[in-house]
Amino acid sequence: MSDLLYRRPISVWWWTRKRSYFLFVMRELSSLFIAWFVLYLLLLIRAVAHGEAAYDDFLDTAASPWLVAVNLVAFGFVVLHTVTWFSLTPQAMVVSLRGRRVPAAVIIGAQYAGLAVVSALVYWLVTR
Amino acid sequence: MRFSIYPFIWLAFSGGGVMAAIFLPILAFLFALAIPLGWVDPPTYDHIAAVAGHPLTFLVLLGLFPVILIHAAHRFRYTLYDGLQVKHKGLVALLCYGGALAGSFATLVFLGNALTA
Amino acid sequence: MDDQISLRVTRYRPDKDAEPSWQDYDVPLREEWTILDALNHVKNELDTTLAFRWSCRMGICGSCGMNVEGEPRLTCATFLADYAPGPVRVEPLGNFPVARDLVVDIEDFMEKLPRVKPWIIRDEEQPVDDGEYLQTPEELDAYKQFSMCINCMLCYAACPVYGLDPDFVGPAAIALAERYDLDSRDQGARERLDVLIEHEGVYGCTFVGECTRVCPKHVDPAGAIQRYKLKAAQQSVKAFLLPRALR
Repeated sequence: MSDLLYRRPISVWWWTRKRSYFLFVMRELSSLFIAWFVLYLLLLIRAVAHGEAAYDDFLDTAASPWLVAVNLVAFGFVVLHTVTWFSLTPQAMVVSLRGRRVPAAVIIGAQYAGLAVVSALVYWLVTR
Repeated sequence: MRFSIYPFIWLAFSGGGVMAAIFLPILAFLFALAIPLGWVDPPTYDHIAAVAGHPLTFLVLLGLFPVILIHAAHRFRYTLYDGLQVKHKGLVALLCYGGALAGSFATLVFLGNALTA
Repeated sequence: MDDQISLRVTRYRPDKDAEPSWQDYDVPLREEWTILDALNHVKNELDTTLAFRWSCRMGICGSCGMNVEGEPRLTCATFLADYAPGPVRVEPLGNFPVARDLVVDIEDFMEKLPRVKPWIIRDEEQPVDDGEYLQTPEELDAYKQFSMCINCMLCYAACPVYGLDPDFVGPAAIALAERYDLDSRDQGARERLDVLIEHEGVYGCTFVGECTRVCPKHVDPAGAIQRYKLKAAQQSVKAFLLPRALR
């Protein structure tokens, strides 16, 4: 640039300087752990398809301390994704019912209700 | 109206985000934590095989997993651009969406095997 | 009050300096003073060479935006005493090139704003004799929030996407496009869509939400952008599925 304007460089650590920036990057990083769980569930399905021995082996590996630690962290990120996704929906979508705007709390509540229903259904399906 | 691919990518990203938010918590909790740690009794092999091999499971997961993978790929791609300021944009896009594609293919294969097992 | 507080201010003389530096000024810590009052005290009493922008000093002109302790703020709306005992860092508004001291070059925004056509667009203008375009209070409420933008650009300073990719159209421009799209008198939504449907348009936004947090007028540009994304997606799906119907 030949002009005399000074362009301030952005540090690669820009997202550590403010709490809101840090939370944002954590929220985006949850994508990695979401992909991890899809892979994990695919490996479970593969084990089930290979027979009972494979299924039992999978469960044993799943119980090993290092994998549990990884999955605990990953689960934390999944929760972060769900909580932030639900709380941002009202800002992203204007829902009108009978000419009045549906309050944010109702939209958020409806999503958690959906989460509860799906969770109960899956729990029942798997454990009955 | 001019055509742009971005709205469609965004729709897939959003759809995947909703699916991940609603389905992954219970699936992850059950299969990654509760069952391996014994908080919940592991399903018998016959039962889990029946569930995994059910045509409805096939359809639901085939709809769920690819769109969740697209969501994750899209979001992670931008995490690399903005968070780490990775400059090889083409390579990152290829790896992220390529990964999602590979995962979607794996979904089809593994679910298919569970169906016929 | 005999208390003083130190202002740590960015200095940059384009003809003399290779990069910005700091200069400290001790100003009276008056309870009712804003950062702008402190800067004017510096310029009047301590150092007439300090350059900065300001005008209305009451939060409506949008001229006095700067980074105070790293946060984009209107200096006329930010109280000095809130930063006691100090020092208070005052820097040029973030994400814009520095022209001199606390003054930034805003050409980028000035170029982007007209691109989204922030004015009423009509297929055909009503004749003046037919009178004004009527609008109900409900129709006004649909876009009123987005019309509150004072073009202060604090949202651009807060947006990490704009910081990392200056091609991004940015929060205020998109919020203003939405303001006109939602105006019942406007018929130009299609034209604005063609500008904003690109990656540098709405789809460059990753919904950080900082723009909404720093906006002094509660415009909620992040909300405007997400709504625009959905609107553009709905239009795209319709155009894809029923191309003939739209012709």
